[in-house]
Amino acid sequence: MPITVRIPSPLQKLTQDKSEVSVSATTIGGCIQDLEKNYPGIKARICDEQGNIRRFVNIFLNEEDIRFLKKEQTSVKDGDEVSIVPAIAGG
Amino acid sequence: MGFVRGLKCRECAKTYPVEALYVCEFCFGSLEVDYDYEAIKKVISHKRIESGPNTLWRYRDLLPIDGEPTVGFYSGFTPLVKATRLADELGVRELYIKDDSVCHPTLSFKDRVVAVALSKARELGFDTVACASTGNLANAVSAHGAWAGFKRYIFIPHDLEQAKIVGTLVYAPNLITVRGNYDDVNRLCSEIAAKYHWGFVNINLRPYYAEGSKTFGFEVAEQLGWKTPDHLVCPAASGSLLVKIWKGFKEFEKLGLIGSVKTKLHCAQAQGCSPISDSILNKTDIKPVKPKTIAKSLAIGNPADGYYAKDAVSASKGSAAVVNDAEIVEGIQLLAQAEGIFTETAGGVTVASAKKLIEQGKIGKNDSVVIAITGNGLKTQEAIQGSLGQALEIGPHLKSFEEKVLAEASR
Repeated sequence: MPITVRIPSPLQKLTQDKSEVSVSATTIGGCIQDLEKNYPGIKARICDEQGNIRRFVNIFLNEEDIRFLKKEQTSVKDGDEVSIVPAIAGG
Repeated sequence: MGFVRGLKCRECAKTYPVEALYVCEFCFGSLEVDYDYEAIKKVISHKRIESGPNTLWRYRDLLPIDGEPTVGFYSGFTPLVKATRLADELGVRELYIKDDSVCHPTLSFKDRVVAVALSKARELGFDTVACASTGNLANAVSAHGAWAGFKRYIFIPHDLEQAKIVGTLVYAPNLITVRGNYDDVNRLCSEIAAKYHWGFVNINLRPYYAEGSKTFGFEVAEQLGWKTPDHLVCPAASGSLLVKIWKGFKEFEKLGLIGSVKTKLHCAQAQGCSPISDSILNKTDIKPVKPKTIAKSLAIGNPADGYYAKDAVSASKGSAAVVNDAEIVEGIQLLAQAEGIFTETAGGVTVASAKKLIEQGKIGKNDSVVIAITGNGLKTQEAIQGSLGQALEIGPHLKSFEEKVLAEASR
């Protein structure tokens, strides 16, 4: 069972309107690389020029913000769910 | 006829049409309403505003609707109370309470933002509105939405104060409690909003919704006689209110309605959830936290407008404070006993923060100060119940009164 990534609306044009896609990787950083392989251009939207996740993008692994885990180095395994969510919401 | 040109990304300036969009698809920056200020400048004046309704809609030229407002006909234009006794208590010359604890109809500043958001939701053709809330917004969307005839889905954390739940359910919305904290609720709602075509006031309608908070700042400036105070102390959850008060002041300045803005904005947060204040005080990035505070309406550990709030504080040369639960409870009682205003825990945070900033000399003793009170104490009674005096029970006769009440008074 691969890893499921939920894609936010602003990025769905790059994933042929799919709101969920599958990747295989061992870390969150690897998930982004694998996304880029299948959907070229998506990494530049999620990460800045230095390759860091943009400050207005939140990434969650099974509902937990990866900033409370090991950020890009957070390990992932088959069956995990990763969510990419715009940070500008709520309040 | 409105003055909105469209939406514009705050980061990369890419423009978008007036739709239910909130995030730039290129850089994930926040979308902001883009106004035609040249056109506004030609029509706006003190007289035009003063002859408007005694509600937030008197500032309609600077709000993002195209037609007539359809929601919130009695919201906003709350009192700016001159707080002489509290000024003496805190040791400052001139102090005012901007009192949204009496905002119509649900007793918090959220009535402002919801008035704008639901008027916009109607223009955009939504029949269902929704929100992720720490309580006050739940009350406001439920009430205004009932009045305006929207279907409503309200998402809250499972552990809110009883009064905020009752004050939502009474309007019969669909209330959903989520097992998690506000940040969990917010993430879930962002995912729901991406999948279902509902008007989430603080997600896909957020650019319009948040503009309603400017009216808090507009009113402060107008009620002070078309000027801004030396200091304004503002509570922060997502940081949006603080950002928009600053924007409101700067818009008035740009339009020539007030002179140059010299106000220092100060960010008030509670210990246990102070990511914005901490980043201001420690000059660091915003680090998300897992909230732990009695100020549940401010318990957002991952604040959407954190960076923008920090920028606004910095642009204004202001500062920040962090206060603990005991100081919050003391702040609530201080305001009640000095000024007769009963605020919720968020207001306790703001009063206690103002006290701290004055003690630290960050607010000068000869300066003018406005404290932003955003919610009503009847909604968070649990927080102070253990720290109040007790009622004195007597029999229904004079003897009991004399023995117990008078004897007590003469002690």
